[in-house]
Amino acid sequence: MIEIRWHGRGGQGAKTVSQLLAGAALRSGRYAQAFPEYGPERSGAPVKAFNRLDTKEIRLHCSIYEPDIVVVLDPTLLHAKEARVTEGLKRHGILLVNTGQTPEEIRALTGFSGRIITLDAEALARSVGTRFSNVVMLGALARLLGDIALEDLESEFAKLFGEKALAINVAALRAGFSAMTERLGQKPLEAIS
Amino acid sequence: MRVATAPAELLLLTGAEAAAHAMRQLNPDVVPVYPITPQTPIIETFAQFVADGLCDAEIVNVESEHSALSAAVGASCAGARVITATSAQGLALMLEIVYIAASMRCPIVIAVGSRALSGPINIHCDHSDSMMARDTGCVQLFAENAQEAYDLMIMAQRLAEDRRVLVPVMVMQDGFTITHSAEPVALLPDAIVKEFVGEYEPLYSLLDTDHPTTQGPFALPDYYFELKRQQVDALEAARTVWLEIQRRFAEISGRRYEGFFEEYKLSDAEYVLVLLSSTAGTAKVVIDRLRRRGIKVGLIKPWVFRPFPARELARALADRRAVAILDRAISLGSWGPLYLEISAAVGRYLQKRPVLYNYIYGLGGRDTPPELLASVVTDMCNEADPTVLRYLGLRE
Repeated sequence: MIEIRWHGRGGQGAKTVSQLLAGAALRSGRYAQAFPEYGPERSGAPVKAFNRLDTKEIRLHCSIYEPDIVVVLDPTLLHAKEARVTEGLKRHGILLVNTGQTPEEIRALTGFSGRIITLDAEALARSVGTRFSNVVMLGALARLLGDIALEDLESEFAKLFGEKALAINVAALRAGFSAMTERLGQKPLEAIS
Repeated sequence: MRVATAPAELLLLTGAEAAAHAMRQLNPDVVPVYPITPQTPIIETFAQFVADGLCDAEIVNVESEHSALSAAVGASCAGARVITATSAQGLALMLEIVYIAASMRCPIVIAVGSRALSGPINIHCDHSDSMMARDTGCVQLFAENAQEAYDLMIMAQRLAEDRRVLVPVMVMQDGFTITHSAEPVALLPDAIVKEFVGEYEPLYSLLDTDHPTTQGPFALPDYYFELKRQQVDALEAARTVWLEIQRRFAEISGRRYEGFFEEYKLSDAEYVLVLLSSTAGTAKVVIDRLRRRGIKVGLIKPWVFRPFPARELARALADRRAVAILDRAISLGSWGPLYLEISAAVGRYLQKRPVLYNYIYGLGGRDTPPELLASVVTDMCNEADPTVLRYLGLRE
């Protein structure tokens, strides 16, 4: 089982991308759960969303305390003490951050000793005409996971977006996917699965 | 209840969406609702289905849950198939009319996202609201996950409308943990559900002016008692009808709900956990882990809380070393409601009784990770004192 925690701010679509990922994972033949940090939603406040992905039926119905992957959608959360983005993150896990900074700079900031991958998702989103960098990060994560098909994500998108928004979001998704391909080179994710 | 379907045939739905799909397929005539907090997304999703023309129910938006169920009772007495949904304070406000709906034998299905009652104001999951309604005369069904929430809604409609039963049926799913979490669900084809529940034919209808009836009159000391006895019989009949319905449901779905509770790794279990709803899923994972260490532990997860399956539960608990009953609600000044029922059942039916423990857990949405559930089994193995009420995950 792979457990993922998303950190964003209310309104940035952490919950939405977690559901899109779970829907695509299901299409790709995996069992999946997506759930937000429950409670009243406040725009701009730090929020979390979660995914479990497995090849077997998932029966756990509790929160995730030791994720394999943490995705940070908003780099300002790295400075927000209450967000605690690396809390419980497995030592051999992965910290994926939307930032223009380097992994070394993020390591200095968070103290996380495991694998750190950074991606300027905001710039990539802008380049395709959207402000929703969460979709770029979703594309990057899908590539990182390795067995979530881009077509399955796009099928999930088609349920959510109208024609024009669909084209832009698919472009953002693919931008993230390609950027991660460059980051990874030939190194897939077998370390945690 | 295991989902035996391949992932490709499953949809990713929240528990609330799954219940809304069941409502769409059941196609009630009237759905009176209070659409504002503490409503769940069940109604939001269902209202979208109606707006999209996917079913032709009449949604009646009212100013409170008290009014919602009052309108439901009126529509039901007029002969309509009626479903509503609520949660927490909403069910509390509805409660006066829940008793009336049950006594007037209205087969209304009420979908409940189980949540804590104020105060303090909370909104998160526990079973305080559902347990508050346990003496109303309704059937109460508890779902572990989104799949069960969907399945139980469909079975609930047929159970409520069976002429041997004719009482409201509440279908509980855990607030947020299930209502707002997305997971794989297998839906039945619309036509199969339609055929399974059939057309509702009311026994008496206020709109049938050729056969006028009086409904909801006074019943003073000369009749009230006898009418209550009839409600007892209705819930007794619900036991038989439930067993019939689950067999028929297995035929159309391949999903088996056998009896009144799910048994997980129970046959040789020396230690047993008994609990309702979503935490049962986590408990199964814990049981698998503990069994790998040689501890013989199993689970009982009741689907049916009202009518309470006392005899069947007592039989399932006979010859166990110890049983821990986990309650996500507390009868303040006493112990947990599930414990009290099981304690009475064991006392009534068993000569040789297992040691019974009662744990209160998860109030106000407090999370219950696997380690906490494992600690309960450790307590049982260590023969902890069973005469004290225990709390799981509480800071003291």
